[in-house]
Amino acid sequence: MTCLPVSTEKRLGLAIDLDTCVGCQACVTACKGWNDQGYGVPLSDQNPYGAEPSGVFLNRVHSYAVQPIEGEAQTINFPRSCLHCEDAPCVTVCPTGASYKRSEDGIVLVNEDACIGCGLCAWACPYGAREMDAEAGVMKKCTLCVDRIYNENLPEEDREPACVRGCPTGARHFGDFADPDSKVSRLSAERSGYALMPDLGTKPVNRYLPPRKKDVRQDASILAPLLDIKASGFAGWLDRVLGKI
Amino acid sequence: MRVQPKIDTSPPVSDEIRKTTCYMCACRCGINVHLKEGRVSYIEGNRDHPINKGVLCAKGASGIMQVTAPSRLRAPLKRVGPRGSGAFEEISWDEALALAVSWMKPLRETAPEKLAFFTGRDQSQSFTGWWAQAFGTPNYAAHGGFCSVNMAAGGIYTIGGAFWEFGAPDWERTKLFVLFGVAEDHDSNPIKIGLGKLKARGARVIGVNPIRTGYNAVADDWLGITPGTDGLLILSLIHCLLQAGKVDLEYLARYTNAPLLVVEDGPEKGLIAKNAESQPFVIDRRTGAPAPWDGKGVQPDLGATYQGNRTVFQHMAEKYLSDDYAPEAVAARCGIAADRIRALAAELAHVAFEQAIEIKQSWTDFRGDFHATMPGRPVSFHAMRGISAHSNGFQTARALHLLQIVLGTVEVPGGYRLKPPYPKPMEAHPTPHFVTAPGKPLSGPHLGYVRGPENLALKEDGSPVRIDKAFTWENPFSAHGLMHMLIPNAHAGDPYKIDTLFLYMANMAWNSSMNSTKVMEMLTDKAPDGEYIIPRIIYSDAYASEMVAYADLILPDTTYLERHDCISLLDRPISEPDAAGDSIRWPVVEPDRDVRPFQSVLLDLGARLGLAPMVNADGTAKYKDYADYIVNHIRRPGVGPLIGFRGDGTAEGRGDANPDQMARYIENGGFYQAHVPEEGAFYKPWNMAYQDWAVKTSFYESPQPYLFSIWSEPMRKFQMAAEGLGPIQPPDHLRARLKQAMDPLPIWYPPFGDLEATGWGYPVHAITQRPMDMYHSWGSQNAWLRQIRGTNYLYLPTKIWAEHGFSEGDYARVISPNGGITVPVAHMAALNENTVWTWNAIGKRKGAWALDDGASEATTGFLLNHLISELLPDKGDGARLSNSDPVTGQAAWFDLRVRIERVGAKAQSEPAFAPIPRVVPQGGERA
Repeated sequence: MTCLPVSTEKRLGLAIDLDTCVGCQACVTACKGWNDQGYGVPLSDQNPYGAEPSGVFLNRVHSYAVQPIEGEAQTINFPRSCLHCEDAPCVTVCPTGASYKRSEDGIVLVNEDACIGCGLCAWACPYGAREMDAEAGVMKKCTLCVDRIYNENLPEEDREPACVRGCPTGARHFGDFADPDSKVSRLSAERSGYALMPDLGTKPVNRYLPPRKKDVRQDASILAPLLDIKASGFAGWLDRVLGKI
Repeated sequence: MRVQPKIDTSPPVSDEIRKTTCYMCACRCGINVHLKEGRVSYIEGNRDHPINKGVLCAKGASGIMQVTAPSRLRAPLKRVGPRGSGAFEEISWDEALALAVSWMKPLRETAPEKLAFFTGRDQSQSFTGWWAQAFGTPNYAAHGGFCSVNMAAGGIYTIGGAFWEFGAPDWERTKLFVLFGVAEDHDSNPIKIGLGKLKARGARVIGVNPIRTGYNAVADDWLGITPGTDGLLILSLIHCLLQAGKVDLEYLARYTNAPLLVVEDGPEKGLIAKNAESQPFVIDRRTGAPAPWDGKGVQPDLGATYQGNRTVFQHMAEKYLSDDYAPEAVAARCGIAADRIRALAAELAHVAFEQAIEIKQSWTDFRGDFHATMPGRPVSFHAMRGISAHSNGFQTARALHLLQIVLGTVEVPGGYRLKPPYPKPMEAHPTPHFVTAPGKPLSGPHLGYVRGPENLALKEDGSPVRIDKAFTWENPFSAHGLMHMLIPNAHAGDPYKIDTLFLYMANMAWNSSMNSTKVMEMLTDKAPDGEYIIPRIIYSDAYASEMVAYADLILPDTTYLERHDCISLLDRPISEPDAAGDSIRWPVVEPDRDVRPFQSVLLDLGARLGLAPMVNADGTAKYKDYADYIVNHIRRPGVGPLIGFRGDGTAEGRGDANPDQMARYIENGGFYQAHVPEEGAFYKPWNMAYQDWAVKTSFYESPQPYLFSIWSEPMRKFQMAAEGLGPIQPPDHLRARLKQAMDPLPIWYPPFGDLEATGWGYPVHAITQRPMDMYHSWGSQNAWLRQIRGTNYLYLPTKIWAEHGFSEGDYARVISPNGGITVPVAHMAALNENTVWTWNAIGKRKGAWALDDGASEATTGFLLNHLISELLPDKGDGARLSNSDPVTGQAAWFDLRVRIERVGAKAQSEPAFAPIPRVVPQGGERA
């Protein structure tokens, strides 16, 4: 068993806008590309050109079909990665202390040197956010790009997670949820950001901004015909229209 | 609690960053390529780049896997066994080039048309076209004929610019954005960035698309239209707007040909009335008398009748006010309820006319009239391939531009903005050139815009000059050629036989052909004398695609990070509405194989063939390589492939060649931008500040103001010919379809694929989409992308799923008039109820792309191509009419109609072809 910090100074996390995410997968490979050469061992791929390729991704995007009780079916794109929970069951279940939550910023990390690859944390995580690296035998997970966000070798504007920097639609936002004035806190407040499966008591830091209400339509009365063309004929219509100039 | 481990949060990122241009699709974003110990370690978007502003799509961020893909070709190959057997031997470049020259030189000296040079996803068309022109063959084009020509030509002939990369909604100001058509590719990141901006400020997005995925998934409202009926919906919207008088009369009068007069009768019936100086004219509302169309202070009268001739506006209004276009009349056909069509029209009208905006910027128009402000209507549109890949796609693209025009939303704040070098009227483009002579260059550039029957590429006996029959009565405005007809026509010897097929980056033996099964047979078919019907095939590609096995000589290309390229204003640049832009690629890593950049190889071949522009007076090669050409080639005096850093390094647009130009581009992040002056930012076709800047920046030699073409005179000329008027007459069997398709006003007619389909028992529409994370076939070899989308299903709407009792894991037999395939299915609710679809080009042939034979792409993966004939059904008159738009020849992929039968569970899709022999070893571990 590994302990969680009582509280963290910052609560760094992501606000992900489901009203804007088009499901393009850019964040998936931006993450793969950075973390393949970033914190810890590379994200290996097994049988990359084979029948069943299987590699580690710290961030995946799923598309769900939603059929409202009334109205047309919808598609919701849903990016899924570690939510950096305050009560992270993946940390408390870890037998070696390899999984831990940083006291300064709340990032949940794996100390790969201490990880024995037992996989308990992946079982404990209700969000499926951890993936075992089959080559190195250690657990991999989103680091919030801990090696980017403080990295003095990067220009300041690039000190954000690779998935956020790369997102073409700007649907991913990074910041400190402990600061009520941060962009992510404000967005979450304005757009009714929600935590995923709050009933599990994991207290995720990340927030999802829900899709706006869809399929609301305009009143067509603005299009009242100028006059009954059948009655007055095309010439009448033309006079009426051109009278507007 | 234990002490937290200390971690290094500031590790060094890389040894070096090299900035170049992505090529993981046609979007051409700027990328930062990070290198560690000389190898690519990480790729991210370039924040300074105008196209992607730092972001990068899933493909671009996976480029590192493309550069190390095991499918990369390694050396030139010569076929030594039967074609298609995969028996090749590696040869040296000297041997390869000598062999190519030994085939090409005799053709050039006797019959240059016997060489057909077609390039696929080529981003150097102004260069490859120049090479083909120097060779002298009329048979050159790139892949636009099976891709986008309806969109391009529909735009050029109507507004002097097009959708896709050639324009963009005013993302900063638009309040309502309507996106038409399936496919999620062009242009990739700018649309996503733009949608993000709209979403951030809560602007409204409406999708018109049979499929609700991707961009349509985030649309606030979705119209799940029946494929091939977009034009009808659009004309119904125009009907509603006209009926309510919600059209921009001022805009129509000033900037379009709506006030020009149409000759009512006589031999010139339907042409625009001209004055004694052969100029079109308008009736001035101030005087009621004729006045020059571009006269100062003239107020054109939309309602005028003069000498019995009425205005284009009256013809247009009368046509679309007809009950045929009432929402109630089109609803069933479009699959959209009448009240929803009215609601959409109402939204358009509301935003355009009740929420109009204005920019406080003065400007002067081409009439010399001063405007204190720039008013705008914040409704914008964009369209994807879906609306255009039909046999009514040209007229549909025109209809959508007409809708923009009547709302007054093109080139205004909040509307749709063109990117330099557009706007550019059809008249400022060349006509097609096709005159050949042995040993001589072609008479001019191959591809162009036809003005009338006199520009058709026909021989004296009326037969086509070109192997693809471009610029003939079958498809007069085929401005991009018809690559999809190249192999079938060469095989049929219709209009004639060729000797050497020279292809670049085009997977014609698989996903880039209609009727792929038959095309593979055509490539290996032999004549009775034992010779291949297509005697020689030279192919250049960087990867072991399906096409490689069918070539006789392979010229292996580099990957995009290993070569120079030039994304030119002469071709398909990276401009934005506020700036002209071009860019380069440069070798950020050196190839580790015996491969050469194709463009450098072409220059070498050209020099060996003695093509005049590629040799010095002493016969030596004029250009060392493509980089040398990019910097030193002069297309017109002072104008070369790149606009930046010309002359002494400070000249923009025009100037002498600058030997330091490439270095300056590299230093500048790989691109250059020339900024439009603020006064010229909108109303570009009519704005003298823009026109003068465009001349200065080299897009044209003199200002080219023009009126948008609601009434298309070139189209009317063909329609007149079909009616029997004029000296140049079409063959009788094409008269009826020309009369219909060449209507000078946008129209809708059922896609040819629909005509008898229902009666024959093919009630379902079948289409494909390009995923945002996979570019055609290239993605399949990418170790990361194929993990995201290595499998495709045929998605079935709820109605079909339930009707046939499908369940998860089932396969379906999909039958078209051309054949059948058996494929895995999945249920999808957010889909037009009469449409099925799948992701494009996921299916692969076993043995290609260095994939395992058991790869999902090669087992369950499939193509719809086998179901699509390249020809229309034979009417018994022997005419081989292509399955294409009758105006432009664009491949009508999405006309496909099928019927569906439930098969139950299976392990593999059908047809299952024999593995293609490998030309590179199967991939093992990731590099």
